This record gives sequence, C-alpha cells and structure tokens, in this order.
Amino acid sequence: MVRADFNRSLDQLQEDLLSLGDLVEQAIIKSMNALEERDLTASFEVVHDDDQINEKRFRLEEDSIDLIATQQPLATDLRSLIVVLHIAVELERMGDYAEGIGKISLMIGDEPLFKPIEELRHMSVHARDMLRRSLKALVDRDTAAARQVWDDDDRVDRLYDEVCRELFAGMAREPQTIERATHLLWVAHDLERMADRATNIAERVIFLVTGGQVDDIDESG
Amino acid sequence: MQPSEPILQTKNLNVYYGAKRVVTDVTLDFVRNRITAIIGPSGCGKSTLLRCFNRMNDLIPSATITGQVLFEGQDLYAPDVDPTEIRYQIGMVFQRPNPFPKTIFDNVAFGPRINGFRGDLPELVEMSLRRTALWEEVKDRLKTSALALSGGQQQRLCIARALAVEPKVILMDEPCSSLDPIATLAVEDLMRELSQDYSIVIVTHNMQQAARVSDQTAFLMASQERIGELIEFGESRQIFTNPQDERTEAYITGRFG
Repeated sequence: MVRADFNRSLDQLQEDLLSLGDLVEQAIIKSMNALEERDLTASFEVVHDDDQINEKRFRLEEDSIDLIATQQPLATDLRSLIVVLHIAVELERMGDYAEGIGKISLMIGDEPLFKPIEELRHMSVHARDMLRRSLKALVDRDTAAARQVWDDDDRVDRLYDEVCRELFAGMAREPQTIERATHLLWVAHDLERMADRATNIAERVIFLVTGGQVDDIDESG
Repeated sequence: MQPSEPILQTKNLNVYYGAKRVVTDVTLDFVRNRITAIIGPSGCGKSTLLRCFNRMNDLIPSATITGQVLFEGQDLYAPDVDPTEIRYQIGMVFQRPNPFPKTIFDNVAFGPRINGFRGDLPELVEMSLRRTALWEEVKDRLKTSALALSGGQQQRLCIARALAVEPKVILMDEPCSSLDPIATLAVEDLMRELSQDYSIVIVTHNMQQAARVSDQTAFLMASQERIGELIEFGESRQIFTNPQDERTEAYITGRFG
C-alpha cells in the first residue's frame, strides 16, 4: 500500500478527534447533571477539566500542521486535514460552553434553581445527539446524515425560543427572580450555541466528502 | 484571435510508435497566456504529447500521428508547414539545462542569428536575459562560457534562449527536475511572470509544482488497454483540491496502483 504511514497518521488523527468529541460529550453531560443536582463539586470539575479539552485540541492542531508540512497533502487528504483543524476548534468551543454551564452553576451557588430545567435538559440531549451524529457522519463520510444534523438545528432553536419566552414571562411576573432566571437564560444560550457548533461540524463533513458546501446537498440528502 | 480562444488544440490526437499507440484520442484546448500542466505517471505519454506541439516527434522515425494539432487554428501537421519554423514560435525547454558550449551571449543570440535577425542584437540579448531575471547576474560576463553557470542559471539561460526568437508558446519538459529547490522556485516565479506574455505548457512529475504554477492541469494515464489517455482536465485549483475522477484523486494523493 502506497503511503501506508500517512494513512495511519490520518486514521490516528481521526481517532484523536473522536476522543476529543467523547471528552466534550462527557463535559456536557456532567455540566447539566451538576446544574440540576446542584452538585458544585462536579460543576467545579467541569470548569477545571476544560483544560484537558483545550490541550487535546492544540495537540490535534500541531499534528495536523506536521502532516501538512511533511506530507504536502492534496485533494481529499488536504481537505481532511483542514476539516480536522476546523472540527477540533468546534469541539473545543463546545467544551467552553459546558465549562460556561459549570461556571453558571457555581454562580448560582446555594440558591435554588429558578425553575425545573426540563426544557434545558431537552436542549442538551438534542445538542449531544447532534454532536454524536455529526461525528458519526464524519467517520462514515455520510453527507445525508450530516445534512440531517444540519436540518435538526431548527429543533434546538425552537426549544431555545420557548425557554426564553418562558423565562422572560417569569421575570416580568416576579422581578425579584430576574437574576436567577438570567442564569438559566445563559445556560439556554450555551446549549443553543452547542447545537450550532454541531451543525458546523456537519457542514465540514459535507465539505470533506464533496468539496462543496451544505447548500450543494439537497434536503433529501 | 481573442485572448480566451485556445492557442493550441488537439483534436482526437493519437500518436503511435510503430504499431504501439502511446497517446490515445486526446482532445484538449490550451488557453492563451495561461500555464497548463500535464501530469501523470511515468510512461503515460505526457512528454510525447508535449513534443507533438513543436513536432519533435518527427525526429523519431517510427512516430506517426492521427487526429489534429492546431496552433492558432492552423493545422501544425499540414503538408506546407515547416517544422523548423514552428519551433521558433513554439519554443522548448528540456529536463536538463542544455546550453550550447558557447558564451552566454552567443547562446541567446544563436536563434536570432540563424533567423537572420537584423535589429540590435545586444539589446535583444539583454532583453531576453532580463526577462529571465538573469541579466544582473551575468551582465559582466556575457563573453564567458555558459557552461560555467550554475544549473539554475543555465536553465534560465535556456529559457532566455527560447525567448530570444520571440515565441508564442513555451513548452517545458520537467524543467526543474535537475535543479535544487531554490533554483526551482526561481524558475517557477519566472514562469508566472512569463505567462503574462506567453502561453506555457509544462510537463512535470512534481505535483506541488503543478499545483503552484499552473492555471489548468491535464491528467494522463496509461492502463493495460490504453496509453496516453486523458483522464481529467480542468482548473488546477479544482484538480488539486477536489478532482472529479477517482483515478486523478489516487494519483495526486500518491495512492496510485
């Protein structure tokens, strides 16, 4: 097999990217559980452990740059290295949103939550699902699955709008709750941005496979 | 002729060495003032295709062609065409620099002298050497042997020699394969510069070079059934980032065969 060593390096890079994705997913789960259960120790750990995510992202960046410099990739090889660089950034930012939720939880401190966070949990489940499916689409080089992730962002946007409406209404009713409600508004915003990042990953998958953008793929896939 | 019209064209071009077909049914347009790269594995017929454009294959006794090669719309292989005349208009630079064992000046002046050039020969030589960015390096030793120049300088001298007879097209057959990386980059810069006034066709094994210098790229391949088959032709940017044919992809990513 020609370029066996390069192929192994590309495979390894994808493995590393997927394990970064795992770390991010765990951070999302832990940040939401900690928020709901008011487990400040766990929230603190999410904030603290974001460094690992950042480090992993920079290692991926270095490895990609090494391969670009030493292998002078073209065509699909070139696109896949560029895509790794992009996706690593998207994942790292998703980790930042989980970290943000951890920080919000620490800010809320001993106060009770403004309201049960069922809708927020829905949002986080969708965002995580989109993350997982976008990375699976990457592994499978599946543009239809990627397009589906991209389309599903609307659901999270709708949930976000509902959460916002409800929180604004609550603030209007009981102005003394504004601070506590605002904290949850930030959480909702972080979750909405996570889903956006997952759609960005899906876009990169489409670029990797086709060299084109998401608009080039029709909705049926 | 409009600038966008092809300066060179092949139409269903086949080249045979004896009974063996080495270029198969190639139809291609080469745009004026652009650099077109021909890439492909060894033995795919790319140099043979290049040599059709200044009838260098005529020098191989067993070579025959069918189909057409057009230069500015004129059939290069029509009975009344003088191949020597063609070679002034369509110059060629080879793999290894091949300066004549003469002075730098005489190398550049060689073609114009044979052509019966009546103008200011020193000025023509200077202009040609300036065009290849060699003038400042050699202006004080024009009467010394060209063979004393470095490989990169010799190759630029050969390009200057080709330019001195005012060609319209420059064919380059692996022009950097014997040069070091810095001399290679100098020749590549020169090609970009020259493409403002000349049409260039370059055969290269160096994929990165083709990606760097060329506007358009043709990929040729040899299979068991067919040698010298055109697989893909398009804008270089497209060919090197997102080729449409999987054989092109396999070749340019080094996973051929």
